[in-house]
Amino acid sequence: MDHQFQLPGSYKKWTYGLIAVGVVALLYGFIMFNPFAHAGHGENVNSTRFWAVLLQNSVFFLLVVNAAMFFICVTTMAMAGWVVAFRRVSEAISSVVPILGVITFVILMSIVFGHRTDIYHWLDKEAVANDHILNGKKGFLNPMFYAIFSFCTIFLWWFLGKKMRSLSLESDRKGHMDYETGKKWIWDNTVWASLYTVVFTLTVASTIPWLWIMSIDAHWYSTMFSWYTFASTFVSGMSLIALFVIYLKNRGQLEYVTEEHLHDLGKFMFAFSVFWTYLWFSQYMLIWYSNQPEETKYFIERIGTAEKAGPYKAIFFLNLIINFLCPLLILMKKGSKRNWTMVTFMAVLIIFGHWIDFFQMVMPGTLHAHYSLGFFEFGTAALFIGLIMWGTGRYLTKHSLLAKNHPFLKESMIHHT
Amino acid sequence: MEELKSFVVGSFTDEKVLFPAVKNVRKAGYKIHDVYTPFPVHGLDHAMGIRETSLHTAGFIYAITGTTTALTFMSWVFTKDWPLNIGGKPNFALPAWIPITFELTVLFSAVGMVLTFCYLCNLAPFVKKHHFHPRATDDLFVMVIECTEKTNDAEVQSFLQTAGAQEINIQEVETGWWIGRYDREQKLYKEEPGY
Repeated sequence: MDHQFQLPGSYKKWTYGLIAVGVVALLYGFIMFNPFAHAGHGENVNSTRFWAVLLQNSVFFLLVVNAAMFFICVTTMAMAGWVVAFRRVSEAISSVVPILGVITFVILMSIVFGHRTDIYHWLDKEAVANDHILNGKKGFLNPMFYAIFSFCTIFLWWFLGKKMRSLSLESDRKGHMDYETGKKWIWDNTVWASLYTVVFTLTVASTIPWLWIMSIDAHWYSTMFSWYTFASTFVSGMSLIALFVIYLKNRGQLEYVTEEHLHDLGKFMFAFSVFWTYLWFSQYMLIWYSNQPEETKYFIERIGTAEKAGPYKAIFFLNLIINFLCPLLILMKKGSKRNWTMVTFMAVLIIFGHWIDFFQMVMPGTLHAHYSLGFFEFGTAALFIGLIMWGTGRYLTKHSLLAKNHPFLKESMIHHT
Repeated sequence: MEELKSFVVGSFTDEKVLFPAVKNVRKAGYKIHDVYTPFPVHGLDHAMGIRETSLHTAGFIYAITGTTTALTFMSWVFTKDWPLNIGGKPNFALPAWIPITFELTVLFSAVGMVLTFCYLCNLAPFVKKHHFHPRATDDLFVMVIECTEKTNDAEVQSFLQTAGAQEINIQEVETGWWIGRYDREQKLYKEEPGY
């Protein structure tokens, strides 16, 4: 069987359609929302909306595609064989990291050097000088550190991910590997995967969510926040991998992917949904319990108090229903994890749920009660989804869909859960 | 009550021989009591035609029992029976109860599933189980075929012979459990058939 995939016309139509919708939304925002208006807190709500939506979408989708490379690296380090049958799919998704990385970097820099104090309050030098707490965080929350750290982070994700992908593509040219060559190749993979994982842990699982998202609420902090963000994007990343695997399988590709592989992907989606809830709850309960005003502020902005409901109450609990109750109750059964339609439905639901999760991370601190969920928000999401489809499709057609010389291929073919 | 039943026991040295043998024995219409293996053999349950276990459904039921127990008990205690002001929190302090609810859910499902598993496998303290072949825990795959009144023992034995079994014998064993098992002494390996 030929493992070269041709993109069908419908795929291209959807890709360019989504990108076109996104571009229209962006132009609409550009014209209507006056993005370069003065950033004074709460003065130009539309202008704030423009940047907040871009920030939410770019960071969310960048972290989601980056999770695909993290998945490859941890499975490489764990010597997992079962992923080999669809390994190229996660590689293809991770190949979007440089594209979204550049876009995200441009957006972040425009916010920081455009002096958007409505997004990041700590950009306001005067306010920082008169603020004991912000003054104490000055070493971390300042434009120079932000720019350099963001740049290095995105560069390292791109560079190490690129290395992992080129190692994989190199195996196509190498032909069948004997025991010694295979061992050496696996070792090289393990070394680079470990490096990537270390960088990933020091960025996605700790500093980057603090810097990019948590610093919107600059006074507030939570030690669970980065793990919570990581869980959110990782479970979405697994759902995205599952979606592409199912799509390709429907197109008659990926001959070695069976229900067994789908079952394990479903387990990842189930397990990390529960893991996300664990972190979500740990963050919520500790703050609820200790009841410190500077900490509870974060949740009061969202759900409000017993007397007065907050503007995000519905979204806040919808988030919990979509991302916890639905995966828990629906994906618990073995039958639904092995059902292609059910996993597709759940993957879409989970990605949407965590997009909403990011929405309620970014909006309350920037737009307060003036948020909206309209054409601009969904249009921007469409732009990023279109870009992911474009980049992934490009990689899938350029390279063989099967890492046919991978030493663990046999293990993946006979995989049995 | 205890009841004596006879079984035809055949042992295999190789998985590759065992799988087709299981298939042929089932095709010939004999009833496989069980196959004892030294390690879990992938796909053997499928080959033997054993239905999917319901243990996980039982586990789910135990789990929601645990959830309900924890939530109803705590809400009764803290809102009706003995309301206390703890740090100014509401009496119905749901977030504080979630960890305990979670723990009881896990506890109920874990303990319940272990006990159910023991019951299904006829395992209990002091119950001495009959070993059809002592090497089933070491290096032999032991197939046990149940004899009914219609079964011709000699026929089954020769059938197993052609299927590739190494040692074949007939054993009369008590079935059922709890009763009449406690006083049975386990024989040493060298006294068991096969040594």
